[in-house]
Amino acid sequence: MHPVRRQRLLAVVLLVAGATVAVGLLAYALRQNLNLFYAPAQVVAGEAPAGARIRVGGLVVPGSVERGGEGLEVRFALTDGAASVPVVYRGILPDLFAEGEAAVAAGALAEDGTLVADQVLAKHDENYTPPEVAEALKRAQEMGEAGTP
Amino acid sequence: MASWPQWLHRLGSPREFYRLSGRALPWLAVAAAGVSMVGLVWGLAFAPPDARQGHSFRIAYLHVPVSFLALAGYYLMALAGAVGLVWRVKLAHMTLRAAARVGAAFTFVALLTGALWGKPTWGTYWVWDARITSMLILFFLYLGVIALGQAYRGERADRAAAVLALVGTVNVPIIYKSVDWWYTLHQPATIKLTGTTTMHPAMLHPLLVCIAGFYLFYALLLVLHVRAEILAGERRTRWVRELALGERG
Repeated sequence: MHPVRRQRLLAVVLLVAGATVAVGLLAYALRQNLNLFYAPAQVVAGEAPAGARIRVGGLVVPGSVERGGEGLEVRFALTDGAASVPVVYRGILPDLFAEGEAAVAAGALAEDGTLVADQVLAKHDENYTPPEVAEALKRAQEMGEAGTP
Repeated sequence: MASWPQWLHRLGSPREFYRLSGRALPWLAVAAAGVSMVGLVWGLAFAPPDARQGHSFRIAYLHVPVSFLALAGYYLMALAGAVGLVWRVKLAHMTLRAAARVGAAFTFVALLTGALWGKPTWGTYWVWDARITSMLILFFLYLGVIALGQAYRGERADRAAAVLALVGTVNVPIIYKSVDWWYTLHQPATIKLTGTTTMHPAMLHPLLVCIAGFYLFYALLLVLHVRAEILAGERRTRWVRELALGERG
């Protein structure tokens, strides 16, 4: 290769490498801020600021969804397996919101550790299955559970 | 028979590229239209609906291919920029300008289809999570490359646009891995390079055809834009004048 071109190629490589290192350090420094939500365990451990608007994401604990007597109030708990955070929300839930599925709630933490949410978003997973297949899988799972004592 | 470097050198001349691409264009157009139509009709009309999302998941047949190409097209643009900077090939800078425009359009469609899917699925059009924000940055990078290419005249514009394109490559792996590195609302990848793909084959096969079709469609758009860049850049040369006069008369 011609020495001038080699020098230019080196400059290009250094440019890309330099930019990568700079952005990599930036992303590392901001790693907590780049998360959209806190995990329930982080909230319970007190890592989330009290009073400020935060988001908490996790699985909706099966059996935890309770609809209040009046209006649209709904209570449920979000869990990451390690800890769970109770959520109270007044509003319309997205269609895909369901027990055992992931959701992200935004709001502020109350004194008792309940998240008073003003927005609840459903989080979809990366699995795609036709209805009949999902039905068959569910049936097989139930049969399996019934079969084991 | 010309040797490999000679052949590459000839293809690097704008005039030769214009001539050869003109011959390939009808074939490319037919292939792009055919494969994307098969994929889209198969995916939109015949693939089964999703158990949880119903029919709204079908937007993936557009969203996933354009998002793939928004990222792959950025690498192509940056590579063209590097070739242009190191070897001072005029055609490489023309390719960069063309790839910036096509890439910006694909990124915009990816953002738009994502927002339209987000409303029925998540309950919101937009959320500032790492995946969506880094994709928006990609869109701004494409716009920046277009703008820098027009901010100066001649070689300075080419060099400035190429440098920005190269610096911006950092963003591409961030977009790709953002769903694994941070908590995001956007779900992780369904089609995995390593590991099992978590989509039923009846839904996956049309998606793969759509991806192939959109690669062809991207190639078609890129070639058309490069040809337009060639004519604009070489407008003072004799062959372009003759071509223009010939087509007029």
